[in-house]
Amino acid sequence: MRRERLNRYGLRTFALGYLAALLFVPIGIVLYRTFEPGLEYVWQSVTTPAAIHAFYLTLLVALIAVPLNTIFGVLAALVIARGNFRGKALLDALIDLPFAVSPVVVGLSLILLYGRTGWFGDALANAGIRVIFSLPGIVLATIFVTLPFVVREVVPVLREVGDEQEQAAATLGAGRWQTFRRITLPAIRWGVAYGVVLSMARAIGEFGAVSVVSGRISGETETLTLLVEKRFQNFNLAGAYTASALLAVIALVTLLGMTLLSPRTEQA
Amino acid sequence: MPHRPHIRPAAALALALAGVVLAGCGGASDEIGGSNATAASSSAAKSSLSLVAYSTPQVVYDEVLPAFARTVPGAGVSFKTSYGASGDQSRAVEAGLPADVVSFSIEPDVTRLVKAGLVAPDWNTKPHDGLVTTSVVSFIVRRGNPKNIRTWADLLKPGVQVLTPNPFTSGAAKWNLLAAYGQASRAGKNPQAGLDYIRELITKHVKVQDKSGREALQDFTSGNGDVLLSYEYEATTAQKKGQKVDYVTPQDTIKIEIPIAIAATTKNAEQAQAFVDYVLSKPAQEVFAAWGYRPVNEDVLKEHASEFPVPRGLFTIADLGGWAKVNDELFDVAKGSIAKIEDDAGVSTAK
Amino acid sequence: MTDAPRSVPVSARRRSRVARSATSGPGPLAFGVVALWLSLIVLLPLAAVVAKSLDGGPGAFWDAVSSRQAVSALRFTIAVSLVVTLINAVSGTVIAWVLVRDEFPGKRLVNALIDLPFALPTIVASITLLALYGHDSPVGVDLAFTRAAVGMALLFVTLPFVIRAVQPVLLELDREMEEAAAALGARPATTFRRIILPNLVPAILSGCALAFARAVGEFGSVVLISGNIPFHTQVASVFVFKQIESDAPAAAAAVSVVLLLLSLAVLIGIRAIGRGWRHAT
Repeated sequence: MRRERLNRYGLRTFALGYLAALLFVPIGIVLYRTFEPGLEYVWQSVTTPAAIHAFYLTLLVALIAVPLNTIFGVLAALVIARGNFRGKALLDALIDLPFAVSPVVVGLSLILLYGRTGWFGDALANAGIRVIFSLPGIVLATIFVTLPFVVREVVPVLREVGDEQEQAAATLGAGRWQTFRRITLPAIRWGVAYGVVLSMARAIGEFGAVSVVSGRISGETETLTLLVEKRFQNFNLAGAYTASALLAVIALVTLLGMTLLSPRTEQA
Repeated sequence: MPHRPHIRPAAALALALAGVVLAGCGGASDEIGGSNATAASSSAAKSSLSLVAYSTPQVVYDEVLPAFARTVPGAGVSFKTSYGASGDQSRAVEAGLPADVVSFSIEPDVTRLVKAGLVAPDWNTKPHDGLVTTSVVSFIVRRGNPKNIRTWADLLKPGVQVLTPNPFTSGAAKWNLLAAYGQASRAGKNPQAGLDYIRELITKHVKVQDKSGREALQDFTSGNGDVLLSYEYEATTAQKKGQKVDYVTPQDTIKIEIPIAIAATTKNAEQAQAFVDYVLSKPAQEVFAAWGYRPVNEDVLKEHASEFPVPRGLFTIADLGGWAKVNDELFDVAKGSIAKIEDDAGVSTAK
Repeated sequence: MTDAPRSVPVSARRRSRVARSATSGPGPLAFGVVALWLSLIVLLPLAAVVAKSLDGGPGAFWDAVSSRQAVSALRFTIAVSLVVTLINAVSGTVIAWVLVRDEFPGKRLVNALIDLPFALPTIVASITLLALYGHDSPVGVDLAFTRAAVGMALLFVTLPFVIRAVQPVLLELDREMEEAAAALGARPATTFRRIILPNLVPAILSGCALAFARAVGEFGSVVLISGNIPFHTQVASVFVFKQIESDAPAAAAAVSVVLLLLSLAVLIGIRAIGRGWRHAT
């Protein structure tokens, strides 16, 4: 009993200590610097036209990219953990690629495809469609960098729970969709939830790739992360911190939303 | 796209509409309490100009654009602005970023667009050789200059830590090393002396090479290094923003030439020309001067002569043979002499 | 999603092959959709990069990737990313464990903060880390411009991965076996090692793969704190950026391709370990 208690405190101390040094204190500093100039300043700083627009743009991009990647993620997780196709292992490995690509290269690759002299440059110009330096380009870059999350969260869960129930349902005559909706989905909901949270956080926090493909047109293609950089550049440190705080708020709200939407679960 | 978004479509739609509506207000200002930095409302705008510029003169254009809108030729012109690192911006325009007027911190960033057919080849035959402002390479030091750094020789004194951005991640940072090279080589006449100076500077006194000029400045203001090589106007801008810095302009230094050009693809040639004319005119050049940029307008320059003394040993990029030669011989990533010095410096500091 | 029933072989957790009746699991349509999405979003752009890297022919490709600076940057990047991944494997598992199995005041707040390193722009992260552990450090630790600093910045940005990978699995874990082991007198450490850990390994590996890939690709947060000293603290992604800035996009593409291949190799290796583990248990 004693030993168990010591173990628990030991683990807790390690975990919290690590998090304190790496996460809590830096976040605390960010919060402190954000609110140092006073609430009035903070409010004004987040309601400049550029900030408002950046906020909506960031949200819009995330709300397009994350749901799409969630659907893809769940499908791909099913394929990897339940399917048995040739090429499955390759698919598995390829899904991690977006991460290993440096953001600068992500931007470069999209420009190589859709830029003025890119593979589809002429076709797009003739059709009058602008991909790069416009919303679609930002969305594509964001989808690229958030691709793996839901998959990677859901696959281990699928493997953990096993497919006996699904098989049982199938023998009892349930269709694929029914089985998925009533058996698989509830089992993976935490994986999906955390996958969505991670995707959302990455989508709103993405800087490198977006900075290359957005064109940074203030009031049009400037996301929150780009706004933060611009404010740093202009010695507006306090303003940069408040914009960062906005990002943190979005991330926290997403986590809250996911926790509320995924019912129950008491641990221990 | 083979999928339908599967969350709350109504919410997504509402946000999309909001985004579109807001996107329609071009040129959103980032000033606290400020409205859009353009004509009164976009619905009254006759035309729209896209300004794509490098990052530091944003403080200047934030004042110049509304002032232009109050003039007769500028009435009803709304602006879309994009600011970023000079090289990034130039490459963006090359890749298709719409632009009517461009301004970068080094000429090669404009030449790139000339090669791509996006800027007319005669852009630098206009008034003032296509320049909008100039500056000089200076030493930015702590307030009061505690280490008493005044000359290039002072930079090489033992223990002096120099900050200068990496010339390969920031094209604009090349001005600093060109100044160092030019002064040691007597404006290019003795290349070996110039390279020797650079070698000693980089291997012994430059511990850190930030990605860009502004990052180097912020590195400096957070307490690193004894002296920062930078543009003269960076010091003035920093001072106006409350940073505790001073600057010293050495007698031998290079003239930094900032180009401005009209894009050949512009659909608003008349307004673009009117805008550039305005930027080169007295009221706009006064704003440049206030922020520490040396005006190209002779009248304004004369008025501010005391703030902008001409260094005795001022030389230009032309004295060093022009950008093409310099980029080839010094900065070529594979064969350039400075690239080699960087390589060797790495060897000596690597474990 | 409702296809006509067809028989599809199952991939079972156990080795036994069960003949599938009726419908169960994803059909070829799902596979096709997934493959199509992946191709459009990821493979097509990367193909453009590979094509660009070969602009000057294989000779130019080799020159670009075998330069001393390139090799040094690649080596440093892979090495520091591996170290960071290993640290995350341990710390991430412990933290996930504490978050799922332990109870203490403020736990939910802690849980909510885990994702912040992701949402914060990397420049904010690096400025803050620099303020905390750089020259003006209030805790007297000066890591600025060292390799340790790069590691620390990477630890920050990869924090959520292993934690968030292990948490859902821990939540779904069947407690029966643990309780049985405890009833049989097994110590907690043994129970953990022999019953719980094996179930977590796939998730840990999955999180590790994500952490590694992210560390390899990270760009923004590292430069400010690392000093960007060639051969010493310059990571591959910054090196790539230098090539682009110097109007050598083909060389940038070449180094990126090599970095990609190296990362792919490590990722495949991690997954192979995972598969081997699954088959052994």
